[in-house]
Amino acid sequence: MPESVTDPRQLRLPPKRPIRLSWSDERVRGIVWQVVVVGIVGSLFWWLWSNTAHNLAVRRIATGFEFLRREAGLPIAEHLVDYNPTDTYFRALLVGFLNTLKVAVVGIVLATILGTLIGIARLSRNWLLAKLAAVYVEVIRDLPLLLQLLFWYALLQGLPGPRQAMNPAEGVFLSNRGLKLPWFEWTDAHSFALLAFVLGAIATWLYARQATAKRLLDGRKRPAWPFALLAMLAAPIGIWAVMGAPFTPDIPKLRGFNFQGGLNISPEYFALLIGLVTYTAGFVAEIVRAGIQAVPHGQWEAAQALGLHRGQVLRQIVLPQALRVIIPPMTSQYLNITKNSSLAVAIGYQDIVSIANTTLNQTGQAIEGIAIIMLVYLTISLSISLFMNWYNGRIALVER
Amino acid sequence: MAFGLSAMRTLAAAFAIGTAAPALAQAPAAPSGGPANTLDAVKARGTLACGVNTGLAGFAQPDSQGVWRGFDVEYCRALAAAIFGDANKVKLVSTTAQVRFTALQSGEVDVLSRNTTWTLSRDTSLGLDFPAINFFDGQGFMVKTSLGVKAAKELDGATICVAPGTTTEQNLADWSRSAAVKFTPVVIERLEEIVAAFVAGRCDAYTTDISGLAATRAAQTKPTDYLILPDVISKEPLALGVRQGDARFADIVRWTHYLLLAAEEFGITQANVDSMMTDPRPEVQRIVGKTGGLGPMLGLADNWGVTVLKAVGNYGEVFKRHLEPIGIQRGPNAQWNKGGLQYAPPFR
Repeated sequence: MPESVTDPRQLRLPPKRPIRLSWSDERVRGIVWQVVVVGIVGSLFWWLWSNTAHNLAVRRIATGFEFLRREAGLPIAEHLVDYNPTDTYFRALLVGFLNTLKVAVVGIVLATILGTLIGIARLSRNWLLAKLAAVYVEVIRDLPLLLQLLFWYALLQGLPGPRQAMNPAEGVFLSNRGLKLPWFEWTDAHSFALLAFVLGAIATWLYARQATAKRLLDGRKRPAWPFALLAMLAAPIGIWAVMGAPFTPDIPKLRGFNFQGGLNISPEYFALLIGLVTYTAGFVAEIVRAGIQAVPHGQWEAAQALGLHRGQVLRQIVLPQALRVIIPPMTSQYLNITKNSSLAVAIGYQDIVSIANTTLNQTGQAIEGIAIIMLVYLTISLSISLFMNWYNGRIALVER
Repeated sequence: MAFGLSAMRTLAAAFAIGTAAPALAQAPAAPSGGPANTLDAVKARGTLACGVNTGLAGFAQPDSQGVWRGFDVEYCRALAAAIFGDANKVKLVSTTAQVRFTALQSGEVDVLSRNTTWTLSRDTSLGLDFPAINFFDGQGFMVKTSLGVKAAKELDGATICVAPGTTTEQNLADWSRSAAVKFTPVVIERLEEIVAAFVAGRCDAYTTDISGLAATRAAQTKPTDYLILPDVISKEPLALGVRQGDARFADIVRWTHYLLLAAEEFGITQANVDSMMTDPRPEVQRIVGKTGGLGPMLGLADNWGVTVLKAVGNYGEVFKRHLEPIGIQRGPNAQWNKGGLQYAPPFR
């Protein structure tokens, strides 16, 4: 019972003294210094602000965020929400924001998976595998990311044109226009099925948690897979079937210059994603390796003495403890992926920086444009930080 | 590495605007060049900072010795000759389409001589002025001959390479709407990389000003593999740009351009400018500074015209030296009395 054990000395407060208006009074000195520092910082900001406003006025440069409502007139190739050039700058910037999120989120997931695998491979008892992983980490970490992005982009441009596209499987085309995959027409039924799947996944997780809690009481195994099968597979398929089981395949076809239809992964997005993932995975691998090696060797031996095999030891004993060491530096890597995605401008992926740059170039409002870029990165980065800090707090060692 | 390089420069420029002491706007020899005294600031610095393209054949490109050459570069040299009497007192700053205006606004360059289209919104909200149109251009498309396309209308469904932050980009969107032609843009900032993407076949077509297309085509190992489509989808008056609110400096830029035009009109060339000192025609005498005192009215030396023409030659010579080799005809850039649009007001 940790709450009841309290050091009585902590409860004893220092005796209160009346404030004397004297330089020798610690509290008076504190207040004076704080007022001075706040004043200096405040006037510095005021000076920067008024100076900027003055200089902008002297140079007759427009200010304010009015331009967000004007027609953008800039074409954007990839957009997650509907967009055409007659839309406003605000919508164009929103498209850029979503494009940044698209590459950052997918990049974080893939870099974590790839990095963890490589980190574990580096500790493998297989000499060849361990050395390969070590070489990967050393090579990837030591080359500038921009160079790697340009390399991947040039490589993808070296693919054959759309008329000579590689066709490894029915409806799959790989050309210098990107990767085309067969898809199907998305209808409401698919949206509902997807929703049912997500709800099913949450329900399964709750069920598994309860099953574990009950097992701790009576020791009986309650396998979660029948429930998972029902909630995550049968229910969505059932909903889809009840709604008429719509399925219209959308196979890409070469028509005119390009492939029409199907799902498209552009070379720009692909080059950026693969560059970010392989680069960041090198750092993640080292973090994972460090985390695993930080778990005392005695934990391995103790677990093996209980009869667990190597995979079980890694999953059940070592990784959960390693996570405590891994999470804080991992947060930095996630933030890096997000910020490094701004190198997209070099290879023509229209992320927030690319679109904000064009916007500020067309409107001439550089300060507003840069402020928008900073706001977007600050928002994404703080969200990642908050989530990771919450997760870190959850898995942190609970002291008893 | 959080920002792209150009964003870094934009940020630095924005910061420069924020921290430049307000007093500099009035101080005559301000190093950062407040808007009202560019000439004094340039003279105090000893060189003219001139923004040019990052490498466009015929307009601004380093040669094999690393010396920048081209039509736009000659204008920078002409301005330096007018101000300092020495065409070499110029610092060429290569600027991408996206950073050029910020570079000018923040004082990183004094003048833009860089394939920049004069538009109403740029003239007003960017805090810029465009004193003279030195090249009348229009936007076109270039495709690979092997594609078999003969007109822009046939580009429906095509992927088109275009530089961001340009009028080209907006014209393309406008044209696609009015001509009902759908396209996918590929938007890359650096000229070399967008041309590389087009050559590699990432795009079916590359669009920019026709002069730029001609320059790019001429720079390829086999120019005949590329075809410039006959369609012209916009007006692109390429103008010299300066900061707004400095009428004196704008006058110098404007009249240096007219000097090159007038010299061609009156047959004054780089070679014969000295012998023209004795030419009896009154306007020629005023151009070479023998009479009229026009130079001092601009705040320049009496013989500024001679210095400039000795350094770069007249408009026709500059055009012939840099643009004709890459296949650009005079077209709308011929003199007004030869069916073109280039027209110099009187030197009087």
